[in-house]
Amino acid sequence: MESFNENAQSQDMENLPDQGACATCPVHHAANLKKLGVDMENWDYVVALAGNPNTGKSTVFNALTGLRQHTGNWPGKTVTRAEGGFEYADHRYKLVDLPGTYSLLATSLDEEIARDFILFGQPDVTIVVVDASRLERNLNLVLQVLEITNRVVICLNLMDEAERHHMEVDHRRLARDLGVPVVPTVARYNQGLEDLLAAVHEVASGETMAKPYHVKYNHPKLDRAVSQLVEQIKETFPQVPNARWVALRLLDGDERIIQAVEEGELGELTYSRENMEGVRVDHVSQKSGFAQ
Amino acid sequence: MNENYEKILQSARELRWEVGGDFHERIMEALYTDATRIADRAVTYPDEKPGFDLDRTIDRLVTSRVWGFPLMILMLTLVFWLTISGANIPSGLLYNLLIDTVHPLLKSAAASIGMPWWLDGLLIDGAYLATAWVVSVMLPPMAIFFPLFTLLEDFGYLPRVAFNLDHIFRKAGAHGKQALSMTMGFGCNAAGVISTRIIDSPRERLIAIITNNFSLCNGRWPTQILIATIFIGSLVPAHLGGLISALSVVGIALLGVLLTFLVSWALSRTILKGEVSTFNLELPPYRPPRILQTLYTSVIDRTLIVLWRAVVFAMPAGLAIWLSANVMIGGVSIAEHLIDFLNPFGLLLGMNGVILVAYIVAIPANEIVIPTILMLTVLVSGATGAGEGAGVMFELKSGMQTLEILTTGGWTLLTGVNLMLFSLIHNPCSTTIYTIYKETGSVKWTTIASLLPVAMGVVVTFFTAQIWRLLAGL
Repeated sequence: MESFNENAQSQDMENLPDQGACATCPVHHAANLKKLGVDMENWDYVVALAGNPNTGKSTVFNALTGLRQHTGNWPGKTVTRAEGGFEYADHRYKLVDLPGTYSLLATSLDEEIARDFILFGQPDVTIVVVDASRLERNLNLVLQVLEITNRVVICLNLMDEAERHHMEVDHRRLARDLGVPVVPTVARYNQGLEDLLAAVHEVASGETMAKPYHVKYNHPKLDRAVSQLVEQIKETFPQVPNARWVALRLLDGDERIIQAVEEGELGELTYSRENMEGVRVDHVSQKSGFAQ
Repeated sequence: MNENYEKILQSARELRWEVGGDFHERIMEALYTDATRIADRAVTYPDEKPGFDLDRTIDRLVTSRVWGFPLMILMLTLVFWLTISGANIPSGLLYNLLIDTVHPLLKSAAASIGMPWWLDGLLIDGAYLATAWVVSVMLPPMAIFFPLFTLLEDFGYLPRVAFNLDHIFRKAGAHGKQALSMTMGFGCNAAGVISTRIIDSPRERLIAIITNNFSLCNGRWPTQILIATIFIGSLVPAHLGGLISALSVVGIALLGVLLTFLVSWALSRTILKGEVSTFNLELPPYRPPRILQTLYTSVIDRTLIVLWRAVVFAMPAGLAIWLSANVMIGGVSIAEHLIDFLNPFGLLLGMNGVILVAYIVAIPANEIVIPTILMLTVLVSGATGAGEGAGVMFELKSGMQTLEILTTGGWTLLTGVNLMLFSLIHNPCSTTIYTIYKETGSVKWTTIASLLPVAMGVVVTFFTAQIWRLLAGL
């Protein structure tokens, strides 16, 4: 992650939405989005949709791709990945809807699917869809995603429900604290999706370089152990973009990551285009829709 | 293994020891602390929270110990009653169009181009009629049932059902989330089986997969509805017929739920022993359903996909039925041979050979059980004046007409009741069996999931028949 950040221009996230007046004009964007449905040929960027269960990932997915993945108001509806495409600002995107999870510790199949994709699939951007009315619990997942990748955009969804619960959520403050773009949306009614696309595009194209917040452990022994492991990992796998996270998982005895080290799979982790072809696709893209 | 890789793992093992056992708790705690801090900074409550919380009030009602179950059954009855009574008229219209109007047109067109009788029979009386029947009988109830169900789902009711059923499933040694996959099964068992992926523990997932078949699926609703209407609805005055039929269908559906509990309980105490895992079930907020979008998605995504599947299976089944009724061996058709062979066994179960043959023909799709039964009954009982010849699938316009045919064929109330029971408790359809195989990857579990319900169905109908006859003989 460090190597990625070094050549990155650090930017104040506050300035993000102001990338030129034209680019923020809804008319400009509305004309710019082309829903491609299942047509995902020759994509330029891969975008993953992660988030807690029942925060509206599939709704965002449908709104962007024009597909009609079954949405339902209950947690755990999406059990595997669904994929679709859209075109925005002359670039073609492949969008992958991941199962909703509360964490990425891979204790269940859906957590494993989500984590493996964010880690080994190396999407160009990971959108974390967050329930604005249940921010605290949702941030647990956000912080875990930020440990794995800094190419993150937060979709602060269900703003209408937060309002209904008489809450005010300061998305600018959140963006500053998390170090990644935060876009407030009401996906059910297509509000804020233009801004979301703009933010995704900026992260995908590298116009925005994030400096994500990393969890502080305040535990000297742990910090020492992590930095020692990080050094070793970087020596062996100089390309690895998230050595700190790998170190933490190894210390925690995470079987999947141990296996990735054993088999050298970790060495393949770089943010290069070619790698995308080798993504493990164990899980058929399928949804638990009523009729499928 | 590369030695550098081994070195990393080695030092990870050593360091893990140094850091100490509370490592995992430490990082989780740090994660929660930071999440709380960041959330607190971002969220403010500008005005006091109001005293009345609508969500909580509704939740108290629908998940209450007293009102939870009655409300659930009431809602189920309402949905089925709307489906049963609402589907009749569009079904009749479709039937008039596809079978009364288009079918004769096709026949005369075929005659005018001089199509040979067997080809005309195979294509028009076999494949076309089977398809037309499935469309006219299945499309209207699905077009009513699916949107209603989707609205409930969109509103957020399903997790409350799971919440209500959770403690019963736990007592049965199964996972509480099985309530969700069971509910999905009411639409389509194959979809229900896929939705068991939300259950993490393999043991509890298998229980959910094996018992999903007891959720009365969409393909079996028409059978239940028709038999309930002509055998049970006709026992009461006409104005009560619809309600009584709806209630008896709800009764069968609830029997399915009961069997789900019983079989889960038995499995978790025999071949699938183990601990019950705990889980957090989040009750999502109630969201106002988006009515137009729900209608659109449930019609396009659910109704048409299910209908398409039925059509795909009905067409070859129509061909097979026509052939079995028209290919003769020793002067008797294959269908009659089969019926004669299975009849003694069928009678023992309070049914007859016709019903068993129909179930064999209908393994690909449960939807075609009733038309097959009617066709075969006419074939063997030689009832005249109805039907259109050997191997022609037809449906009679009124329940009374159907009743006449069936009583000519030796049917009684017992036959009807046992047909409803057997329709609930028999093997899953071929799509579901294939899905079970794909999900479990195991021939053993697929076989158990397929054969266990048939065995149970045989036992249940056998005892029903014996007890019934005993009581009738008194």
